[in-house]
Amino acid sequence: MKKRQLMLGNEAIARGLFEAGCRLVSSYPGTPSTEISEYAAKYDEIYAEWAPNEKVAFETALGAAIAGGRSFCAMKHVGLNVAADPLFITAYTGINAGMVITVADDPGMHSSQNEQDSRHYAIAAKLPMLEPCDSSECLNFTKLAYDLSEEYDVPFIIRTTTRIAHSQSLVELSDRVEKEVKEYVKSAPKYVMMPGYARPKHPNAEARLEKLRKIANDETFGLNKIIEGSNEIGIIASGVAFDYAKEAFGDKASYLKLGMVNPMPDELIKRFAASVKKLIVIEELDNILESHVKAIGIECEGKNKLPIIGEFSHELIKKALLDEENDKIALEEKMPNRPPVLCPGCPHRGLFYTLKKLGLTVLGDIGCYTLGAVAPLEAMDTTLCMGASVSSIHGFTKIRPADAKKTVAVIGDSTFMHSGITGLVNITYNKGISTVMILDNSITGMTGHQHNPCTGFTLKGEPVRGLLPEKICEAAGIAPEHIRIADPGDPASLEKILKEELETEAPSVIIARRPCMLLKSVVKDSFCIIDSDKCKKCRACMKIGCPCISMDKDTGKPVIDTSLCTGCGLCEKMCRFDAIKTLKR
Amino acid sequence: MTKNIMIVGVGGQGSLLASRIIGNAALSAGYDVKVSEVHGMAQRGGSVVTYVRYGEKVESPVICEGEADVILSFEIMEAARWLSYLKIGGRMITSTQKINPMPVITGSCDYPEALTEKMAEKGVDLTAVDAVALAEEAGSSKAANVVLIGAMAKSCDFSKDELYEAMKACVPQKLLAINEKAFELGYNS
Repeated sequence: MKKRQLMLGNEAIARGLFEAGCRLVSSYPGTPSTEISEYAAKYDEIYAEWAPNEKVAFETALGAAIAGGRSFCAMKHVGLNVAADPLFITAYTGINAGMVITVADDPGMHSSQNEQDSRHYAIAAKLPMLEPCDSSECLNFTKLAYDLSEEYDVPFIIRTTTRIAHSQSLVELSDRVEKEVKEYVKSAPKYVMMPGYARPKHPNAEARLEKLRKIANDETFGLNKIIEGSNEIGIIASGVAFDYAKEAFGDKASYLKLGMVNPMPDELIKRFAASVKKLIVIEELDNILESHVKAIGIECEGKNKLPIIGEFSHELIKKALLDEENDKIALEEKMPNRPPVLCPGCPHRGLFYTLKKLGLTVLGDIGCYTLGAVAPLEAMDTTLCMGASVSSIHGFTKIRPADAKKTVAVIGDSTFMHSGITGLVNITYNKGISTVMILDNSITGMTGHQHNPCTGFTLKGEPVRGLLPEKICEAAGIAPEHIRIADPGDPASLEKILKEELETEAPSVIIARRPCMLLKSVVKDSFCIIDSDKCKKCRACMKIGCPCISMDKDTGKPVIDTSLCTGCGLCEKMCRFDAIKTLKR
Repeated sequence: MTKNIMIVGVGGQGSLLASRIIGNAALSAGYDVKVSEVHGMAQRGGSVVTYVRYGEKVESPVICEGEADVILSFEIMEAARWLSYLKIGGRMITSTQKINPMPVITGSCDYPEALTEKMAEKGVDLTAVDAVALAEEAGSSKAANVVLIGAMAKSCDFSKDELYEAMKACVPQKLLAINEKAFELGYNS
């Protein structure tokens, strides 16, 4: 009997890579896709790496596939925006050995800046896309995708959503089937996409989709299948939306479960629609399936009853389509919100305290430091997408030159490597005077501590020479005297350096360097306490928004939760009455 | 019939480990299982919730309002926040620990008072455990999650041994002694 075990969807995809003989993985971390590459890296048979960004990762995987080795690349939904350029060309060139891409969407925005629907990319790029509904399908679809990828000479996209990526369910494991590196044959018409060679590739891509549609229509492939129940209602769904629909309707409906969401199985849809009295399309996010069903001339319900926004659940479907609701108990009073916060001892805290104190306009970026936008720090004006802080400050100060001395961009070390460098080059090339702060905490924090080119280690844990952001800034044209290193744990010295660089008429970079407090290498052997007798109730220590410090209602004085405190000492620096002390544990 | 166990708490309290222990116990008992976790930004000190569902065949990975047979809460205000997810007649097991959220710290609102009493008044089958104190007694405040698993083991679908074995399989070997003690202290609480 095969071994059954619980696995995260992400781990199951990694297992699928292993079993399918995948040789190379190149990705950039992004919730909810990150763990696929981390689990893949645990297999000795797979070379796995973190690339600086998704476009580089995609092209690395594409190069590997062209060279003849099965390859893989994972990213979150917005990462596919970054990798869209090479994505589109692959439908023209095709590959050589199999290539699979996983894109993880985040309906409900658990950990993202938007909830775009990646299915649009598959349609636009003329690429096949599979959508698993549990970990078992994550594993099996990955393996099937490699075989089909080689048979049809095209990369396959596997789309997941947060609830598939981060849910554990049962899988059965098999052995790895080793695949020899395929022969690489030089062929300019296949791989050189200049107009003359590209033109015949477009009809080729369209014809390929029609061939793939035959697979989609054929239930024996195991991707799309009809599950018979009552013929009163017929439901078309894929991924986690199918799970929710099945939970809500049980055998009160029949289902057309789609495992392949592009191209769509027109014949199967028509056959299914003819077998049921009423057809409902249940899909999270955009009305892609529903529009297609209607476009082939079939009436159905869908977004007239179900939202286009946010995450679904079986409860949402029961309410919207069955008018059913559970009884429940609740307290009358509403609980205070508990938003995410910067961790105790986080080096970003002293930095955002300083930025707020100086009343600066702060153009932010993607990472833990986005939390600098919330109370009481409230020191962030914009957060758009990876790298946008450095690029947008240039435009901002070109329009508002008088405000240049009150405006900074903040970007993390990993995000700077991802797409901050080109923005910096734009500043120096085009006579900008912006001040950019690189928050170097020696790790990719938000996604759960992944290495990057600055940290000195690879995804496999091998030591390498870490890049120094200051050297990159110098090469990008920032004058060495305007590249400053500061400690965000020492707000007074940080403030001094910041004021000096804001005053200059030249572009400058301040590297605020202090490692993430969650890193194992950071010594956490102390804690802070408040001497209640010395405390004057000035509340200066409350301004840093530390989750360890709260107000004692009886005394009206702040107290520190020593079980949470890491002893970073920032509150001690805030106190003008010498009431806070840092003690060794 | 699918059974639903929800684990609620504050990011960083160890709810992922607790959900994996219960998930593995259900797997060993021969059930189909789904465990839905939260990673990423929400983990940074925010309100987090994990779902464990088991039964003959589990479809949806999430638990909705009025469906949880058991809620295991790591923090008292989180127990109250997620109370509406408890099935009528379901069981709430909560740590008495209080962690102030940022709106309370900044003084924009107060931490609600007497939450165990208010929940009991609603007729909730409630077990309140000082899980942090018991975890400290076992050797580490971080073992509060295993204390709560122990407390749940007193009456649930799994035998004490099933949960115990699942716990042993999920915690690091070097922390096993502390967690064994935490489990027993929770069981006997």
